[in-house]
Amino acid sequence: MLGEPFWYNVMSMRPRMLSKYRYSLILLRELVVTEFKLRYQGSVLGYLWSLLRPLFLFVILYFVFVHFLKVGSDIPHWPVALLAGIVLWNFFTEVTNNGLTAIVNRGDVIRKINFPKYVIILASTISAFINLLLNFVVLAVLMAVSGVNPSISGLLSPLYIMEIFLLALGLAFILSTVFVKLRDVNYIWEIILQALFYASAIIYPISLVAASSPFIAKIMLFNPVTQAIQDIRHGLIDPQNTTLYGETHSILLSLIPIAVTLGIFIIGVIVFKVRSPHFAEDI
Amino acid sequence: MDGATNDIAVSVKNVAKDFLLPHEKNNSIKSSIVNVFKRKDRRIEVQHALKDISFDIKKGEFFGIVGRNGSGKSTLLKILSEIYQPTKGSVRTYGKVVPFIELGVGFNPELTGRENVYLNGAMLGFSKKQIDVMYNDIVEFAELEEFMDQKLKNYSSGMQVRLAFSVATQAKAEVLIIDEVLAVGDAAFQRKCYEYFKSLRETNITTIFVTHDMSAVEDFCTRAIMIRDGNIVASGTPKDVANEYTRANFVAKNEQKDETGYELGLNDRVPYFKVKPSGKKTIMPGEDMVFDIEYEIKDDTPVNVKISIRDTIRGVDILQNGAKALHKAGRNRLSYTFPTAELNNMELIVSAVLDEEGTNKRIAHTNDNNSGRVIIDAGDTANLGIINRGHELHGYWNGWHDI
Repeated sequence: MLGEPFWYNVMSMRPRMLSKYRYSLILLRELVVTEFKLRYQGSVLGYLWSLLRPLFLFVILYFVFVHFLKVGSDIPHWPVALLAGIVLWNFFTEVTNNGLTAIVNRGDVIRKINFPKYVIILASTISAFINLLLNFVVLAVLMAVSGVNPSISGLLSPLYIMEIFLLALGLAFILSTVFVKLRDVNYIWEIILQALFYASAIIYPISLVAASSPFIAKIMLFNPVTQAIQDIRHGLIDPQNTTLYGETHSILLSLIPIAVTLGIFIIGVIVFKVRSPHFAEDI
Repeated sequence: MDGATNDIAVSVKNVAKDFLLPHEKNNSIKSSIVNVFKRKDRRIEVQHALKDISFDIKKGEFFGIVGRNGSGKSTLLKILSEIYQPTKGSVRTYGKVVPFIELGVGFNPELTGRENVYLNGAMLGFSKKQIDVMYNDIVEFAELEEFMDQKLKNYSSGMQVRLAFSVATQAKAEVLIIDEVLAVGDAAFQRKCYEYFKSLRETNITTIFVTHDMSAVEDFCTRAIMIRDGNIVASGTPKDVANEYTRANFVAKNEQKDETGYELGLNDRVPYFKVKPSGKKTIMPGEDMVFDIEYEIKDDTPVNVKISIRDTIRGVDILQNGAKALHKAGRNRLSYTFPTAELNNMELIVSAVLDEEGTNKRIAHTNDNNSGRVIIDAGDTANLGIINRGHELHGYWNGWHDI
């Protein structure tokens, strides 16, 4: 006999019903920690890459677009605005790309145990968000060095970041659900992202478009990604960055991208909620 | 205590589970568009894994589920663990269910043993604090004290299983679903696992135990059911169910059925394949041996029917690979005639195979039961095997037709 095995003690404790959300939180925390531990595994510079990657990308784009092509010379501190755009765009692509494959990649676990699947998507989104915060460190340094002109509306920046967060998360919910059944989505999304990148006025100022067609520039600003990035640039870097409100002077119209974002997020949550009980069979 | 044991822990009502098996999975846009246009060709097979399952498990019971592979047992387990949704019916569980179906869920080879304990613990619903408390017990039970800071990929598979099992034993479940695969590792660790299973009987944890091992059922369980082809075919005391299982298994073995539920050599595509003498089963030398080859095939793939005739007394092949190309779905019958002029005193077994034309992939074969047997016996007049090997042995096909 083993004597009194230790599990008697554990099990004689009144088993507490784990509340649904407590379980999700425990899992979320552990998945985010794991993802972060594994992100730069085996690399010498490790987390430093979170800072170096956007920096190098910025240097390249700066030389190509600012130095040689002379884009954005009309906007003060354009290089800083460029970096802000790149950093936010990278966050958007990271969330949607990682989210897209997240459910399928975790297929082995999903087939073995029942747990709230949204935690997987949320964990990869939060992990990307932490990366974004690290990127902001680089951005803050550059802002300080180049002496930007922030305005009072800069205080709204966290809200716009939240907007991008929700938009990307909602899209990740939709994409991951569709990807379980239809593996083409991977490539389709890659193309859409590519198009969206050039349509979102990230590497060129929107004034460049406005110069030839003010109407198209206005339409472009209804894209939630553009609107949020432009508002952040306007508030934190220089008021000369065009915003949707600045162009339309209508609060109602300015709310359209936010409504689109919330709509996509809600659709994403519903689609995911309806389909996730069947993931184990469909993967 | 008595009052509590009357309560229901798990209630399964009329549960059915169908799986749709499309012949080609629509995993890309192209294939789904193509399939929209040729809807007629799109065959979706419905597999009824579970047909109509109902049972209740009382709190504190040690409930056994037995059944052969492919009986629907694993599907039931996944439905009880809420990994799969039932097509019909409902499952209600009262209290926290911990499925012990697979060990080490979420284990990551790139993390250390310690990190994996926390990760796997989180999958089972334990916070970091809770694991801090039980960490030493887990490591001690796994007997891996010196290895906890090494990466999991450097563990042997036995070590990984031990670690996973140790974490799992900590799960504060009210309903525990255990797959027998858990009793793993070396003999000493297996004993430990069985001690743990046994100890569960003393607690008021409801345990669902799935196994092939009838002695384990009789040792641990208070009640059991047996599943076959998606239905409950026996239910009652562990002894009764174990006896029924052994009996059914014995019958099944005699039928030479394998895990898929088909006889050896047969499958979904070719569910029927038989060679039988159409004339006399004992013939005189010189008489023609005639036999029919019947098979059923589900698709139109061109196939070659090949036969071989073997003398079982001497272990000599008389004829090999008399082939005939065919491509027709459905039930087919061929007739084959073989002159036995040169043969005597033999016990012939005629077996057949179906090979895919071109690829030569074997689709089916006739097993001992499905092959035809003919005896050539001239009586006392001669006892030689092959009388005259002057010319080659040939048979001839007499055509084929549907039946």
